[in-house]
Amino acid sequence: MIAFWILAPVMVLSALGLLFARKAVHCALLLAVVMVSLAVLYAVLDAPFLFAVQIIVYTGAILMLFLFVVMLVGVDASDSVVETIRGQRLFAVLVGLAFGVTLVLGVAQVSVGAMVGLDQANADGNVPGIAKLLFTKYVFAFEVTSALLITAALGAMVLAHRERLTPKLGQADLAAQRMRDYADHGKHVGPLPSPGVFARHNAVDTPALLPDGTAAPSSISRVLLARGSVKDAPGSAQQVESIGGDDETVPPRDDSGTAGR
Amino acid sequence: MNATPFIVLSAILFTIGAVGVLTRRNAIVVFMCVELMLNASNLALITFARANGNLEGQIAAFFVMVVAAAEVVVGLAIIMTIFRTRRSASVDDASLLKY
Repeated sequence: MIAFWILAPVMVLSALGLLFARKAVHCALLLAVVMVSLAVLYAVLDAPFLFAVQIIVYTGAILMLFLFVVMLVGVDASDSVVETIRGQRLFAVLVGLAFGVTLVLGVAQVSVGAMVGLDQANADGNVPGIAKLLFTKYVFAFEVTSALLITAALGAMVLAHRERLTPKLGQADLAAQRMRDYADHGKHVGPLPSPGVFARHNAVDTPALLPDGTAAPSSISRVLLARGSVKDAPGSAQQVESIGGDDETVPPRDDSGTAGR
Repeated sequence: MNATPFIVLSAILFTIGAVGVLTRRNAIVVFMCVELMLNASNLALITFARANGNLEGQIAAFFVMVVAAAEVVVGLAIIMTIFRTRRSASVDDASLLKY
């Protein structure tokens, strides 16, 4: 019972977080907390088999599936707080509260009494007990379950499959396209300059320098540029005080190229 | 050990899941709330199994888990397909059948 009183507030708080978390990833993690706590409660309730199944199937398989879909779908506008139906949220909370109060009051009035306990049913172990029931009384439901699982797997494959509408571009097609771009727009045929060809910073967020000292924009990933996390390469170049020993004379730098940055 | 606290916790979790289904707009989060409701009912089933001293409740919870796994696979595939065509996982945007 101690485990219950520790875990119950955690579960209720995590479940409430499911209602208020803005990001789907946070919701998935909160759901994981609820499910692992439920698994512990199953162990408390003399159900070691379902404890293992809960952790393996729910937190292992189903939540991973959720996280994969969150990764595929990414962030979109569906998390905005604007109501599309006016007053829908208020009414939903009211109906939910009425439902919950009714349910809890109804449950509290019924006296389930002290638990009988599973000591007799689990006499030869929990797993043999479940197997005995599953393969005698519920064997038909168990077999039908296999049909359900196969149907679900097939359905997921059919739904997630995407037909290729255009033929796949081969290497020859890509090369021809590159030459066509060069002929039409004068686009550079060779590879793009690599970022950070620089003694102090060779990370991908440092642009390569052109001969006149300016940064080459094509050497930086567009994603980094959009995030605004690109380092100032000409600035780093000026931090280098001298090249080689102290007695060598450093050629005077022309700052006209870096004035723009 | 008394069964009532477990059943009350199960009822609370079920209610939170129901409110989540009604209020959230992201289809994936709505789906997670459905999973929460299924889990809450599982807790009630396992509690009743212990209260009555037989394993039938645990068998029922086991079948609920199997069906939930199948349902999640197909449901998430549908969400992905809708997202691919409409670029949105919001339950409000999938309203083609309305017109």
